[in-house]
Amino acid sequence: MLGRRRWVKAIVALGASALWLSACSTQKDAPQKEAAGKDPSVPAAAEPWKVGAYLSLSGAETQFGIETKEGIELAVDAVNKKGGVKGRPVKVLYEDDKSNPQETNNKVLQLITRDKVVALLGEVASSRSTVGGIVANKHKIPMITSSATAPEVTQIGPFVFRVCFTDDTQGQMGAEFVVKTMGKKRIGMLYASDDVYSSGLAAQFRDAVKKLGGEIAVEKSFIKTETNFTTYINEIRDAKPELVYAPIYYNAMVPIARQAKAAGMPGSTFVGGDGWDAETLIQDAGDEMEGAYFTNHYAPDVPWPNAQAFLKAYKERFKRDPSSLSSLGYDSAMLLFDAMGRAKGDTPESIRDAIAETKNFEGATGTITIDPNRNADKSIVIVQIKNKKFTYYATVNDKAAKP
Amino acid sequence: MAMKILNALITGLAQGSMIALVALGYTMVYGILKLINFAHSEVFMMGAFLGFFGITALGGKDAPLVAGVGGTLLAMFFAGLLGMLVERIAYAPLRTRGKGKANTRITPLVTALGMSVLLQNLAQLLFTAQYRGYPQLLPIEDTRKVIFISAFSVMIALQFLVHKTWMGKAMRALSVNIEAARLMGIRTSRVISITFITGSVLAALGAVLYCLDQSQVYPTMGVVIGTRAFVAAVIGGIGNIPGAMLGGLLIGIIGEMTKLTAYSGLQDVLVFTALIAVLLVKPTGLLGKASIEKV
Repeated sequence: MLGRRRWVKAIVALGASALWLSACSTQKDAPQKEAAGKDPSVPAAAEPWKVGAYLSLSGAETQFGIETKEGIELAVDAVNKKGGVKGRPVKVLYEDDKSNPQETNNKVLQLITRDKVVALLGEVASSRSTVGGIVANKHKIPMITSSATAPEVTQIGPFVFRVCFTDDTQGQMGAEFVVKTMGKKRIGMLYASDDVYSSGLAAQFRDAVKKLGGEIAVEKSFIKTETNFTTYINEIRDAKPELVYAPIYYNAMVPIARQAKAAGMPGSTFVGGDGWDAETLIQDAGDEMEGAYFTNHYAPDVPWPNAQAFLKAYKERFKRDPSSLSSLGYDSAMLLFDAMGRAKGDTPESIRDAIAETKNFEGATGTITIDPNRNADKSIVIVQIKNKKFTYYATVNDKAAKP
Repeated sequence: MAMKILNALITGLAQGSMIALVALGYTMVYGILKLINFAHSEVFMMGAFLGFFGITALGGKDAPLVAGVGGTLLAMFFAGLLGMLVERIAYAPLRTRGKGKANTRITPLVTALGMSVLLQNLAQLLFTAQYRGYPQLLPIEDTRKVIFISAFSVMIALQFLVHKTWMGKAMRALSVNIEAARLMGIRTSRVISITFITGSVLAALGAVLYCLDQSQVYPTMGVVIGTRAFVAAVIGGIGNIPGAMLGGLLIGIIGEMTKLTAYSGLQDVLVFTALIAVLLVKPTGLLGKASIEKV
């Protein structure tokens, strides 16, 4: 027993001394920092621009965060190689929000108040972009989200922008593609009822199809943790729709594709949204999904020159094809740097004004114009799954689908 | 319409037998230790990962029989080991050191939750949060038959283990009174270990079958099936082995039936409503026996 008590004492002592030491060191640090800030001998021009990026680098959506970060890194390298913005290099401070809204709030506050960033990049998910956007808008720091597609995000206030299209537009364009381009009138729907992305797209699509003269023959919703879709698929199959709109994430689409094939519905009867855009879908259900179409931000073989340049740079550095998230991360950073270069001053406010004035910015995901609602006005790509590859099919309404 | 209901019934049975396999692990541990082993859903998840690596390593699609059987056995073996480890690390020390103290029921519950979080994050660290799909070894219709048959044969084997073997007798003795069982010369810690191993092995089997049929593998997958299995164990009467099977089948079937209605998005609501209804009528669960707590 005595042994254990001694251990406890030792640990307590260690902890106390560590605390004391850290207190001392912060006290020492503090005046130094102040001095550095006031020091006139440091030339302002050499000081790098501080831009904050908050991303899900751990937790449930790690993959998304990492892909976005890769895009941002490429953009930073590209701009610094050209001598930076207004002669000053750009430094991006990355913070991990752990895929958690609470943590997002803390990290964004930290970036703004402690690191004094001039602008923010992030987040992948709409939910966390909303949290970050509220903080950024309150502190008047411009923020560009790369891939938050929920319409509400940019409605927060004048400092929140995005470089992707919104779910509203995507749902409508999906309907236009299905009804006008492909000429299908009898349409089924399958979506996750407790997922804002999925049910939001479904609602927009439903309205648009009805407006365009189509008919929703059957509609089935599931909860997003569902994995057994056989009963749903049987129901949909029996209603005999010409096409099924399935705006869901790839992770649910894999079992759906497999089970649909077993029930006699080929993958080519499905049309989806950007949630399908993941290599996993092709690896795990490439055969089953052959011939399916979906609306997306980007495809590796889009014909735009900037996209090809990005593709080359990305492949050189990461040795694989970039995802939409990487290309959107790249575009969000590039657009921000472009705006910083055009801004009249170096303050967050003037950068905000410059972002708002962005017109015909040539990005990897197409030509972006920031509209008065701070959304990106850009074209939507239709991607077809062909020979186990995401292939560029059309920019919405550009060419007629083969029967 | 009748055809539709029949089809849903069949799917529901396959789904339910899988839930039942996982529910057995909860119910067996509860029966003996009066402990809800929250880490069980994570053992299930780890089993799924182990099965995935086993099947891929053994050739996957190219050798479906060898890979399927070999991978499943591998997953079962290592999950059994993991189950035992969890018990030895997180529960056994508390049991021996907390003996006779007031909060002996609550502390293992907290370590169980801790173990669950730990395993989930460990999986994320080791395997990343990526979703991975199992190679498809059999067409889905056949996979479902395999699930149904293997789940039922395993359950029959389990009944045999519990009712016809010496070890089963020891398990039942422990569930009546651990101290008395010890006095009768039963090595309680070994029996407890074997209970955990059995439960984990069944969970791993369930996990591999589940993934072969319909799901991808990812670190948080245990939560989904774990909640349903836990509910199944409670509906059936927690601590009661046939009860867990019955509960699993019921949840599977109720779940599938709701999908036929327009309220399929409310599946969990209906499942939990069923749970509340059952418990209101029979607070001990469908097959649970009312026992009088002696003070």
